[in-house]
Amino acid sequence: MRDVYIVGVGTTKFGELWDKSLRDLATEAGLKAITDAGIYSEDVNALYGANTSAGQFIDQEHIASLIADAAGLSELGIPSIRIEAGSASGGAALHEAYLAVASGKYDTVVVGGVEKMTDVPPEEANKIIGGSLDAEWETFFGVTEASLAAMIAKRLEYEGKIRREDYASIPVVSHRHGSMNETSHFRNAIKLEDVLKASYVAQPLTVFDSAPLSDGASAVVISANRTLINASENPVKILSSEISTDYLSLHDRSSIHSINAFKRSSKKALESAKITKEKVDILELHDSYSIVGLLQLMELYGEKEALDLVRNEELYWNKSRPTNTSGGLKAHGNPLGAVGIYQVVEAALQLRGKAGQRQVKGARYALLHNMGGIGATSVTTVLGVE
Amino acid sequence: MSDVPRFWRESNHRYRLVGTKCNNCGSIFFPPRDVCPKCRRESIGKMQELELSGYGEVYSYTIVHDGLEPFKFQVPYIMAMIKTDEGPLITGQIVDADPSEVKIGSRVRVTLRRIREEGKTGIIQYGYKFVLEK
Ligand SMILES: [Zn+2]
Repeated sequence: MRDVYIVGVGTTKFGELWDKSLRDLATEAGLKAITDAGIYSEDVNALYGANTSAGQFIDQEHIASLIADAAGLSELGIPSIRIEAGSASGGAALHEAYLAVASGKYDTVVVGGVEKMTDVPPEEANKIIGGSLDAEWETFFGVTEASLAAMIAKRLEYEGKIRREDYASIPVVSHRHGSMNETSHFRNAIKLEDVLKASYVAQPLTVFDSAPLSDGASAVVISANRTLINASENPVKILSSEISTDYLSLHDRSSIHSINAFKRSSKKALESAKITKEKVDILELHDSYSIVGLLQLMELYGEKEALDLVRNEELYWNKSRPTNTSGGLKAHGNPLGAVGIYQVVEAALQLRGKAGQRQVKGARYALLHNMGGIGATSVTTVLGVE
Repeated sequence: MSDVPRFWRESNHRYRLVGTKCNNCGSIFFPPRDVCPKCRRESIGKMQELELSGYGEVYSYTIVHDGLEPFKFQVPYIMAMIKTDEGPLITGQIVDADPSEVKIGSRVRVTLRRIREEGKTGIIQYGYKFVLEK
């Protein structure tokens, strides 16, 4: 396996972007990434596109060919492949692209993620998001993704393991970080009371416990080409990429509050990267719901340490365990297929020292977690700089 | 686009809570499975249908305010995970109850109800829901 580096990154703003189509978004992110890498389309050997549900959101399948076409690559006829793994599509696409470059098949590849979610009404969008769950045995009966997250929270509170404030504080951190990121869907800081007092989505979760419906696209250029890597001011190395799966339905898992797939993918990813979790300077978690953000912290650090980190407010960019410095899915936005790629953009900016106001000083290692549904697919990526 | 066969196929399991038992390790599953995830290949030919009693208790629940498109006229509704007496957790709605009456640990039993209408075709789909045992 060859060493693979991130040599270029690009993203659109995330949000309700009514004036932009899926093809506009994908093209904008892709062109920004190749410009950042200092390359031309001719230098790209292949395209990997992550997209979760364009077939339902905008009646468009065959996204791989569409985005290559929209990006002006049709005359070149380059290979283009779409990857779908629910909301873990971005992480999964990076995984596939990384393997293709590491294996020696391709030298330089663009990996992009895109979702256009706001062309349908919210109830319809909820149904489409529910497509990452079990259609026969969960959503058929009226389950939403939020209702599953709510039932996990309710059970954990009942068992006395957590308090409402523990998970309500996750979006507060995300919004603080999102306020410092110019591509965020939301740029307002919020308070704990805002989360608690907002209208319910599924009790006890409110709209502030839940990531929004967003449009957006992000792209990265990865390469094993030495000339390109050396030309890059601060090349970010992909130290590992690991995927694990779990039962599709929450009710079939050994415990409804264990994200087993993350336990496995993060363990393997840290081992392959040859670092310990204490070395991680930048942590991006899949905070589609506040409670599942907390569960991921508990999976990574153990229940007690995770709760200490939350209660002692250690997750901010200027504290000991910077988490979701991008603003996370909650504040930066949740365009399903794009989020796993945006996590890579954020980590690359941080590791290059180009994250502006929210820069974590001296950051060397990043661990990124992109999840499908509530953990039926889990992709952990570890990045680092020398 | 009608997906009627898709629902006939599952109707026995949805009307009568028919799951499966692995006769290799004794595990009971609902919904039914073709392969036991603990025994995998060893379970081939050893998976047997098993009807659950329909009794259990509330393992967790929530009141859904922001529903899916086919359920938008039912909000707010109670969604729950039921720990069946046989072991498997089942996800379904609790009906005929005020949310304040539902508690984790409340005893419930299964009931057959209308779940939803399918799109413009108006096909009514039935399946299990749960009611409190009083
Ligand atoms: Zn078995």
